[in-house]
This record gives sequence, structure tokens and C-alpha cells, in this order.
Amino acid sequence: MNVMYFAWVRERIGVPFEDVQTTAATVSELVEELSAREDRYAAAFADVSALRVALDQELADFDAPLAGVREVAFFPPMTGG
Amino acid sequence: MSVRVQDAAFDAGAELNAFSTGDGVGAIVSFTGIVRDTDGTLAAMEIEHYPGMTERAIQAIVDDAMTRWALQDALVIHRFGRLNAGAPIMMVATKSAHRADAFAAADFLMDYLKSRAPFWKKETTADGSTWVAAKDADEDALNRW
Repeated sequence: MNVMYFAWVRERIGVPFEDVQTTAATVSELVEELSAREDRYAAAFADVSALRVALDQELADFDAPLAGVREVAFFPPMTGG
Repeated sequence: MSVRVQDAAFDAGAELNAFSTGDGVGAIVSFTGIVRDTDGTLAAMEIEHYPGMTERAIQAIVDDAMTRWALQDALVIHRFGRLNAGAPIMMVATKSAHRADAFAAADFLMDYLKSRAPFWKKETTADGSTWVAAKDADEDALNRW
């Protein structure tokens, strides 16, 4: 699936998006899997309460299932307006 | 309804004039957000967004507003990219027969655009760049609706 990062999450991980092959069943499992890979992921995901997630461009919860999802995006709380 | 997400500058006055027409119009409310240089040190503001989700999220917020209030039309323009102090970032306008609906809907649109449209602001000063943190008050404001 396509995994996207925005704002300081993007800066900390170092790429705006990447293709991730995963068997993670939920967003939280994906976060655990990525965090175990490299320090830059662990640093970005250290406090998920400071993060938001969107599945196929809709806001979701970290316990949401990933079945059928094509695009996951991680970002800090939004600051529009 | 019109939702525009763009890097180009816009003329808020011209947009408002173009929006303020139509049969049965009685009230227009508009809000324009400007890049604020609080203590005179801002070099630039960079606005990042999530192309695709941004348009969808704003459209959903506008659709919600149209069902809650008796609006004849709504306009949302939001810029992204590098902006200088004093530049318009975004504008919202609502059109209704009466002012109460137009005011409430514009207020609602602003509250939701702040916390539910995927934009992130980064301020650059001589000391470096920092991401603007979301405020608890902005999240709390959604509970009003």
C-alpha cells in the first residue's frame, strides 16, 4: 500500500510517500511494524497521540482495519484556516 | 458551491463581488485569513497540504454546512505553498436570504477548516523554521456545533 507522510512526520521519516508491503491488520500494527524497522520511524511514531491518520483520504482511528485500504497517511493535527 | 485549493494568489474583494449576486440574496458573510506577522520576524509561511484529501475534506464540510443552514451558496478558497506576511491565505463566503444563517455557516466553516482540512503551516523566521502547533481551543471549538 501507499503510505504518505506530511509536515514534521514527513521531515522526520525523510520521504513524502513510499510503497509498503505489510500484513498488518490495523493502523496500530502498521505503526509498530514501521517503528521496528528504523530509528527514524520510531522517532516519528514515538507519540501517536500527537498524530492523525487517514485511510484512503478519510480520517480514521489507529485501531481501524487496513483490509482493502490502498493509501494510508500519517500527519500531525491539521492547522488550516 | 465552489471549493478552490490553489497556490496562486487571489483578490478577496473581486471574489466577494463576484459571489454577491443572484436572485433572492439578502445576506453575504465573508472571512479572509491573512498571514500574520505577530512580532515582525516572519520571513515566510509555508503551507503544506494533502492533494486530493484536501478538496474532499473541504467539500464534505461545505456539504454539511449546506444541510445545517438555509444557504444559497458557499465559497471556500485556500492557498498552499510559500506565502509572505500580509498575503491572504484563505477566504470563506456564505450567501443566504438572512444574516443569521450566513453568519453561523461562515463561523462553522472556519472552525472545521482549521481542524479538519489537511493543511499544515510552517513559519520561517531568521531563527529557523517551526511547524505551527494545533491549539486545543481549535479542537474544542468543534464541540460548539
